[in-house]
Formats: sequence, structure tokens, C-alpha cells
Amino acid sequence: MENFTPFSALAGGALIGLAATALLLLDGRVLGISGVVGGSLGRPNADTGWRLALLAGLATGGVLLMVFFPATVDVQLDRPLGAVVLAGLLVGFGTRMGNGCTSGHGVCGISRMSPRSLVATCTFMAAGFVTVPLVRALMGGV
Amino acid sequence: MHLRAFFIGLLFAAGLGLSGMTLPAKVIGFLDLFGAWDPSLALVMVGAIAVYAVGFRLKLRREAPVFAQAFRVPTRRDIDPRLLGGATLFGAGWAIAGFCPGPGIVTAATGATASVVFVLAMIGGMLLWKAALAIYESRAVVDVAAQVAP
Repeated sequence: MENFTPFSALAGGALIGLAATALLLLDGRVLGISGVVGGSLGRPNADTGWRLALLAGLATGGVLLMVFFPATVDVQLDRPLGAVVLAGLLVGFGTRMGNGCTSGHGVCGISRMSPRSLVATCTFMAAGFVTVPLVRALMGGV
Repeated sequence: MHLRAFFIGLLFAAGLGLSGMTLPAKVIGFLDLFGAWDPSLALVMVGAIAVYAVGFRLKLRREAPVFAQAFRVPTRRDIDPRLLGGATLFGAGWAIAGFCPGPGIVTAATGATASVVFVLAMIGGMLLWKAALAIYESRAVVDVAAQVAP
């Protein structure tokens, strides 16, 4: 528990909720990042523009974080690149198959008490809880 | 809408950065229920849900969003194998590298190798699903046609 950061976690969560609320009340859309990315692949349509703009905002945010708060985006990951590729494939395939990720199901869906999102969130959390010790065992760790 | 979407993305990135979601080691720590568990990220969800739940109440009082004709919120309530299978694969992938889609994109913008590789593979996974779905649906059409044929 030595890495527990309750206040910044709550405050950061509130900002995430605020961003999702803004998209809902202003433009009537659910803020799900996997949907925004998946929806902007393929033939351009009426939604492609705002989706790419939102992704540009995310990326710009990443650059600003790197400049002003480098510790927040200091990605230190002790995983071989092959594992990262597998992770990306699973996340991409799984979020499209299950229609959502942490933002769409975990935040927006649970907030409006969608049974699908509730089940999806419990499922991906459970899968995560099982996978972490499996990966550790495979990597030869404790 | 584009400018609004840009700033919403910016705000979302700020929230991810402040909350610790952009640190894959911290995410893995949260999913490490049986190890040195760091419960912080549960509070990220609590904070986000608390704010968005209020936003959703406000939405219920409105006929339409401020800048669009109608709300477009998912209405399905059924639990199907696709939902469960997709969420399982996603959860496993999330736990392997500690990235979900948003933080992957935010950190890829810093040029971090793992993040860039993750995002490219994620896009590959999304295209793979699209291709798999297209094949599945074209087979379903053939099946229906076979049943209809005399």
C-alpha cells in the first residue's frame, strides 16, 4: 500500500468525469476512447472529424504532461516488447468486440447503471486480476 | 464541435496524468490484487463516476444536448457472449502491459517506445476484429441464404 495516492486519484478521476460530462451535455456523445479510436478507422464519416480532434487533444495533453509534469508520463515498463504487442492486440480486439473499455464501460456506462457496462467492467477487472499473477509467473518472478 | 472535442481530449489527458493512469506500473499495481496491491485506481473510477453520474442526471432533464439534435447514448441491456469475451480479452491485455486505450495514446505522444508499440498493436487488434466480424457476417448471410434456398 506504500504507493497509495488517494487524493490525486480522486481529483484525476473527477477531471476524467468532467471531460466525459462535457461531451455528453454539449454534443450528446459517450466518451469511450476505444470507440473514438475504432470509429475513426476505416472510411471517413460525419463523426470522423470530432473523433480525430479528440484524439489530437489527448496526444497534445500527453506532450504538455511531458513538458510540465514529466513524472506523470514516465513510462517505465519491465515487459518485453513482444508482450506489449500482445497486450495491444488483445486490448484493440477485445474493446471492439466488447464495445468499450475503461472509459466507455467503466466510467460512462457504470454511471448510468447500464447492466452491460457493469458486467463488462467486472469482467475486465477480474480478467486483469487473474492475468497479473499469471504474467509474473511466466516472467519467472515471485 | 472539433474544437470542443480537442479540449475535451486535453482535459481527459490531464485527468489521466493527475490520476496515475498514465503510469503502467501503477496500473499493474492496481490489478495486482494478490500482491502489493495499490488501490488508488479504484478511486479514479470513484471520482470519475461521481462527477459523470451528476452529469447524467443533468442529461435526463434535457431534451437534447447543447450543440446537437439528440443524445446518442447506448441503450442495449442484453449480456451476450461477445460482451463477455471482449471484456475478458481486454482485461488480460490491460494487465499484461498496464495500458488501456486512453493512457496508451497519451503516453505514445511522448514518444515512449512501449506506448507507441502498444498503440500500433491496439489499432492492429481493432482492424483484426473488424476483419473477423466481416468474415463472420458474410458467412451468416450465406447461412441464411442456404436456409432460404429451396
